[in-house]
Amino acid sequence: MAVRVRVPTPLRRFTAGVDEVPAEGPSVKAVIEDLERRHPGIRERLLDEKGDLRRFVNIYLNGDDIRFLDSLSSKVKDGDDISIVPAIAGGR
Amino acid sequence: MSYINNLKCKECGQEYPISPLHVCETCFGPLEVTYDYARIRTHISRSTIEKRAHNLWRYRELLPVEGEPEVGPHSGFTPLVHCGRLGKELGLKHLYIKDDTVNHPTLSYKDRVVSVAITKAREFGFKTVSCASTGNLATAVAAHAARAGLNCYIFMPEGVESGKIVGSSIYGAQVITIRGNYDDVNRLCSEIADKYGWAFVNINLRPYYTEGAKTFGFEIVEQLGWRVPDHVVVPTAGGTILPKVAKAFKEMKEVGLVKSGDFKIYSAQAAGSAPVIHALQKGTDLITPVKPDTIAKSIAIGNPADGYYVLRAVRESGGWGETATDPEIIDAIRLLARSEGIFAEPAGGTTLAVTLKLLKQGHIKHDETVVVSITGNGYKTLEAVAGSIEQPAIIEARLKDFDALFERLGGRREVAGAA
Repeated sequence: MAVRVRVPTPLRRFTAGVDEVPAEGPSVKAVIEDLERRHPGIRERLLDEKGDLRRFVNIYLNGDDIRFLDSLSSKVKDGDDISIVPAIAGGR
Repeated sequence: MSYINNLKCKECGQEYPISPLHVCETCFGPLEVTYDYARIRTHISRSTIEKRAHNLWRYRELLPVEGEPEVGPHSGFTPLVHCGRLGKELGLKHLYIKDDTVNHPTLSYKDRVVSVAITKAREFGFKTVSCASTGNLATAVAAHAARAGLNCYIFMPEGVESGKIVGSSIYGAQVITIRGNYDDVNRLCSEIADKYGWAFVNINLRPYYTEGAKTFGFEIVEQLGWRVPDHVVVPTAGGTILPKVAKAFKEMKEVGLVKSGDFKIYSAQAAGSAPVIHALQKGTDLITPVKPDTIAKSIAIGNPADGYYVLRAVRESGGWGETATDPEIIDAIRLLARSEGIFAEPAGGTTLAVTLKLLKQGHIKHDETVVVSITGNGYKTLEAVAGSIEQPAIIEARLKDFDALFERLGGRREVAGAA
């Protein structure tokens, strides 16, 4: 499954400054593993030692927070959009 | 003169220079401004503060700005109202409302945080300010941006109260509503902030913005006669204000403005949007996001950025938290209005309703000092209560019609001035 991943500023040093990169995999977790192969170091910014999503990272699959889907196991399809967004924002 | 050191990650401790940066590049944790408290201690005193103008900048040494602040000269220093009538009804001798329904110029606590954020935006040289908002923040950013002469873009979820849209557009801001909820708006704005290089007060200026919320706490202490209250009840949405009120109390002790810093802090959420209270009551650190469904739109955040820090501040202080249902919120709004003449928005109703529960549960004793935080004005959210208010009686312009009505209402004639 080929998807596009939006990369926030703090992670762009892993992607040579590029804000949107391609990646592949059948699930969000697999996409992150693929990102790690293409951009070494990015995985540990997203996942903690146990492989869980870090507290301050939100991942959106086609605009939906993956915690409302199947979390890291959420299935992805060809052409899906994944967005990585730091959690720290907001306050109406 | 500035007393700020740098930005520091609250999670991993990594330090960064003072800049429009809000997320740690290593762990994505939030960044916070650090101060030189030892130096502040030698330069600040009760009497210097008391001599200053009645605005939020009276505590400028503990705010993250460099020069003389020019934004928000009339913001902050709102009344701390001793509630005799409501207190009597509840059996509380020392009940106070910290009343930000009358904050200048946009009638909510957001005038505080935005004054600080826009002062900082100007220091950094931004020409455009922006925010993701459900309303109160939008109106505050639009008004302060207008006065500061900055361009302004406001992003809101569709379906917010019409007054909040009009109340932002009127200042000349470009208002954009997004099909989605607040969390969707927030996500989009994070991406826009990245791409367009604007000052989003609650995103890339967040470390400065949030510091402004401390002034709510500083004022409570000063207005109580330089004393920290036993209990303070604070509404929780994104989680900005509660940890900052706790921080304000601690800082005042740290710099020698008060002797004892002991207090308990309580979080109030609407039952239809209570991810923080769920975690608090379950005893976990893990906040599971929810899809908000409540009339308290100003606190309907299902995915609170600083929720974790609310949990920490509440638990550290030995406080607690409760939720209020929509009917309880409306009852509390009416109770406050009819007993103290203060018309709060639903967030304020939530806070008072939760205070009543805490009292029943025995968290608060009758002779202790309680401050209830009212952070927004009911005139902005008339839709929320309009349906539960009695319709006015309609009569002809004839005295005998009024006499008949008065009798039906069970009224008794009094003569002014009669003994």
